[in-house]
Amino acid sequence: MNSLSRTLAIIKKEVRQLRRDRLTFGMVVGLPVIQMLLFGYAINTDVRNLRTVVVNHADTHLSRQFVSELGQTQVVKLIGQASGPQELEDLLREGRIAIGVVLPNDFDRRVLDPQRAAVHLLVDGTDPTILGVANQLRAMPLSFNTAPATGVGNNIEVRPYYNPERRTPVNIVPGLMGVILTMTMTLFTAVAIVRERERGNLELLINTPVSSAELMIGKVVPYVLIGLFQLALILAVGRWLFQVPLRGSVVDLYLAAGAFIAANLSLGLFISTAAKTQFQAMQMTVFFLLPSILLSGFMFPFDGMPQFAQWLGELLPNTHFIRLTRGIMLRDAAIGELRQELLYLGAFTVVAMTAAALRFTKRLD
Amino acid sequence: MSDDYAIRARGLTKRFGTLEAVSRVDLDVPAGQIYGFLGPNGSGKSTTIRMLCGLLTPTAGEATVLGSRVPGDADELKPKIGYMTQKFSLFGDMTVMENLQFIAQIYSYPTKNRATRIHELLDSYNLDAQQTQLAGTMSGGQKQRLALACSVLHHPKLLLLDEPTSAVDPQSRRDFWSDLFALAESGTTILVSTHYMDEAERCHRLAILDEGAKVADGTPAELQAATGMYVVEVTAEEPYAAQAVLAPLREVASVTQLGVRLRVLLPETTDDPIRVVEAALANAGLEAVAEPTRPSLEDVFVAVTGRTRQEAA
Repeated sequence: MNSLSRTLAIIKKEVRQLRRDRLTFGMVVGLPVIQMLLFGYAINTDVRNLRTVVVNHADTHLSRQFVSELGQTQVVKLIGQASGPQELEDLLREGRIAIGVVLPNDFDRRVLDPQRAAVHLLVDGTDPTILGVANQLRAMPLSFNTAPATGVGNNIEVRPYYNPERRTPVNIVPGLMGVILTMTMTLFTAVAIVRERERGNLELLINTPVSSAELMIGKVVPYVLIGLFQLALILAVGRWLFQVPLRGSVVDLYLAAGAFIAANLSLGLFISTAAKTQFQAMQMTVFFLLPSILLSGFMFPFDGMPQFAQWLGELLPNTHFIRLTRGIMLRDAAIGELRQELLYLGAFTVVAMTAAALRFTKRLD
Repeated sequence: MSDDYAIRARGLTKRFGTLEAVSRVDLDVPAGQIYGFLGPNGSGKSTTIRMLCGLLTPTAGEATVLGSRVPGDADELKPKIGYMTQKFSLFGDMTVMENLQFIAQIYSYPTKNRATRIHELLDSYNLDAQQTQLAGTMSGGQKQRLALACSVLHHPKLLLLDEPTSAVDPQSRRDFWSDLFALAESGTTILVSTHYMDEAERCHRLAILDEGAKVADGTPAELQAATGMYVVEVTAEEPYAAQAVLAPLREVASVTQLGVRLRVLLPETTDDPIRVVEAALANAGLEAVAEPTRPSLEDVFVAVTGRTRQEAA
């Protein structure tokens, strides 16, 4: 009874302080919304408008027609003409263009001769995505016959499931939930405890009858609620602004989020037992956040990563949460089908919580 | 036995790496008294207090506080003690009232008497007008009164105060001490650390700490009687020159200048200390009057540590 009322007292105090801490309070709402807008609009794997300059030595009707068709694909954006390949190379090196197109003198003849390439594309290969897009341009029809070419490509037909319009936000938003929650939940918890240690409040608290468990639960509960609120916020923005569907059950999604929030809060608690200052807590969170963005399958397809990176990725709660959210939101998967991911999040919570509880003592030494 | 003594400690020692912050300190703090820790910064006062409330684990030695062994049984001790940290440790972003309410909840103070108790404290510690003020925006003296109010809210049997007056003005210090006497009268044992001599003099008993060791303890009168030193007060026209003459003398243990007067300490074994001092000054052609005087706590401190407080700090 006393234990419950002490825990409630800590929760009440935490909420009260949070309400007065405008910066943190702003981050609760501002961070998810700003990140959603930023990432939702900015991250786009559907590449368009690559800056392109053409060298047309042929200057025939066919070559001019080719250049105009190239522009119509919208993949490239023609920004001018150059005098020769040397100039194109300069422009590439200076970073002014992504693609240079060279049409030689004998362009028309080469078009008729299947043995010889009629068009040369000079591509800035530093970004493999651009190279991939340039390769797609090879499929453009090139002949005196204006009828669409038929041939090879028809043997394999691709049917895009779950995201037929191939919109990037559909992929990004469910993953972004994990990234935002990792950042806020881990950071808030870690900082909340370290701040009290820095200000000396902890020395007062540990000299009262409050137990370590009451203190930890009391500090964590408000952030669980904040996490669930942020989730609702992200879902709403994703739905209205980016038309990201929620095909599975909301209950399943919140179950998954609950497990994920618990995992991150435990990690935050653990960080708070290791960090001496708020700055250290922040550094440790960032150290954990970067792989959670890069190795979790959020940015790059998980299957494409080297084995070693996959092992690391499997350790991160975000990897499992992203599989859960993409499964539930986009593929209408039931949580039972994804129980492995849920189990891992549970195991992570238990381990991190135990480690934190072992390290946190009501002592100063 | 444990009823007579609120705190008993034997051989209390704390090492941080190679630094011995507290070495083999024995303590017997009688119940219901104000017991002082006097010593310069870094003498081990805070470390000792933290060991006594179970915040730090002693490297060696043992202590019993209100019948509980620390740090082993610290949990059963917590509800019975009040602790005021050296640095203000209440919540600066909460109001005075909110801080008091929080502390009342944490100590599970009976709900029906809570409001009465809080108003009683606001009244006795003169914080009525600050009820809705954020604690962080208050003056040093107000913060200190709030900290004391919070540490006594649950009627602790023992109060541990770590340099409570280091950040407040002289008037607040005097008021604070009258609050402490009122608490002691109602039966609370108080352990208070300080580096002010005048505060030490007001304690029932005190221990002088220097470089982690207890170098003397007893009532202020006992300590003053047992210095083993003669104290000669010299009033001189040129006190600085007089000090230069006296300090190198074989018989003189120390010379401290206080305005135009000098306090000269000579071992009890000295024959006719007044004559020794007067002769030396006359030889140097300095005009001065030497009179015997009672040792002050400052003199006690100098006698037991061999240094003045300024030198020690």
